[in-house]
Amino acid sequence: MKLKGWKELTPGAVILEAGNAVEFKTGSWRAFKPIWKQENCIQCLFCWLYCPDMAVKVKDGKRADFDYDYCKGCGICALECPGKKGKKAIVMVEEGK
Amino acid sequence: MSKVVAATGNEAVANALRQVNPDVCAAYPITPQTDMMQRFSSYVSDGQVKTELILVESEHSAMSACIGASAAGGRVATATCGPGLALMWEMLFVASGTRLPIVMPVVNRALSAPLNIHGDHSDAMGARDSGWIHLWSENAQEAYDNTIQAFRIAEHMDIRLPVMVCLDGFIISHSIERMEYLEDDEVKKFVGEYKPLNPLLDLEHPKSMGPLILPDLYHEFKRAQHEVMTKVKDVVLNVAEEFEILSGRRYGLFEAYRLDDAEIALVILNSAAGTSKDVVDEFRKGGIKAGLLKPRLFRPFPYEEVAQALKHLKAICVLDRADSFGGYGPLFMEISSALYPLKERPIMINKIYGLGGRDFLPQHAEQVLSELAEITKTGKFKIIKEYIGVRE
Repeated sequence: MKLKGWKELTPGAVILEAGNAVEFKTGSWRAFKPIWKQENCIQCLFCWLYCPDMAVKVKDGKRADFDYDYCKGCGICALECPGKKGKKAIVMVEEGK
Repeated sequence: MSKVVAATGNEAVANALRQVNPDVCAAYPITPQTDMMQRFSSYVSDGQVKTELILVESEHSAMSACIGASAAGGRVATATCGPGLALMWEMLFVASGTRLPIVMPVVNRALSAPLNIHGDHSDAMGARDSGWIHLWSENAQEAYDNTIQAFRIAEHMDIRLPVMVCLDGFIISHSIERMEYLEDDEVKKFVGEYKPLNPLLDLEHPKSMGPLILPDLYHEFKRAQHEVMTKVKDVVLNVAEEFEILSGRRYGLFEAYRLDDAEIALVILNSAAGTSKDVVDEFRKGGIKAGLLKPRLFRPFPYEEVAQALKHLKAICVLDRADSFGGYGPLFMEISSALYPLKERPIMINKIYGLGGRDFLPQHAEQVLSELAEITKTGKFKIIKEYIGVRE
């Protein structure tokens, strides 16, 4: 995205386009990445419920993969995940490893 | 048709606000401003204005409420002074950075400690860099006239910046003077219908205000804010020209009093300029070519115009009713910045006077003008910054 020069800005930093947060991809803030392990998932959708962003995708009522464009790696989903037989369906892995 | 009345500064400004009839006012009482918004609240209670008056719990909240109401799309005003302005400090920058045309009379008062409620310019000088336009007023008439003009300047579509109108606490706010009011209709017509810019209440066009701007864009926003300030001078002069047609009273960026052929001059803000002009007249009678410059537009500061007005002088004294401890007085710093680019400059000295409401007497102006006359003879001066009217 080309950054604007000072002559192109809206007075007072008012954002005139509604719903523009979708353009601001915040996934790069992530230090730890959640990995979904489908074999341990019981489809409780706690991760979808607890995600403070909208980074857990649901398709046809079922858990789909993460949207890494917006996941900031807060780890709440991994903490809340009940898993199956003591094995988590979401684990946090350090980025760059 | 104007009406001649006897009114205090607070009364005059409250009446200007009544005539403008803003959509929203938020205010918190603080001496010596209290009496102004108390009068205005009576207009609200008596149904003389349609203003929504929000009584808040602090000046920080007053300015916050004004910011919200202005962002929503209303014509907004408040008033404060001294420590109230200091408490607003954070929100002053939000108002200007968001380009909200809020108008705020500031009844200049000293800052604590020691606690003092009297006239002093430390409050507004502390808000010097807040991005607000500053208009200063010598007396109740100027405070009234500036308040009315402030709405036109703030709301101009090329500007959209908040404006503070400064008048001296007690000396002007509580003294009764002869002055002239415009008719209600004339003021209503002069300020015109309020035109909002990108209002939040335009529900067809949802928008966000007050976003986080990171280092990749903040610098550009501040550069753009500076650019707006470069357009203010012309708008101030155009509004003044229209106001003169209406009122017969002329305003500029500053008042130059007997300055054209002067050799020595005082540079001084607000009420003390009135006292000083009488003394300038006395010196003229005595054959000494004295003059005076009284700034009106302090932010943006008209550096080039002030330099042109002062360049021919031999010696000037800038008098400050505020101090920068460990620095020169704030007005002195502006005048010296204005004159520095000139090849030949007048000798300049700085006097700090009248802090915490200490009277500025004709003898103080006499003392300074005599010192300037002496400097022009000898070309020598000892101390640049000095306190006058102070007990040893």
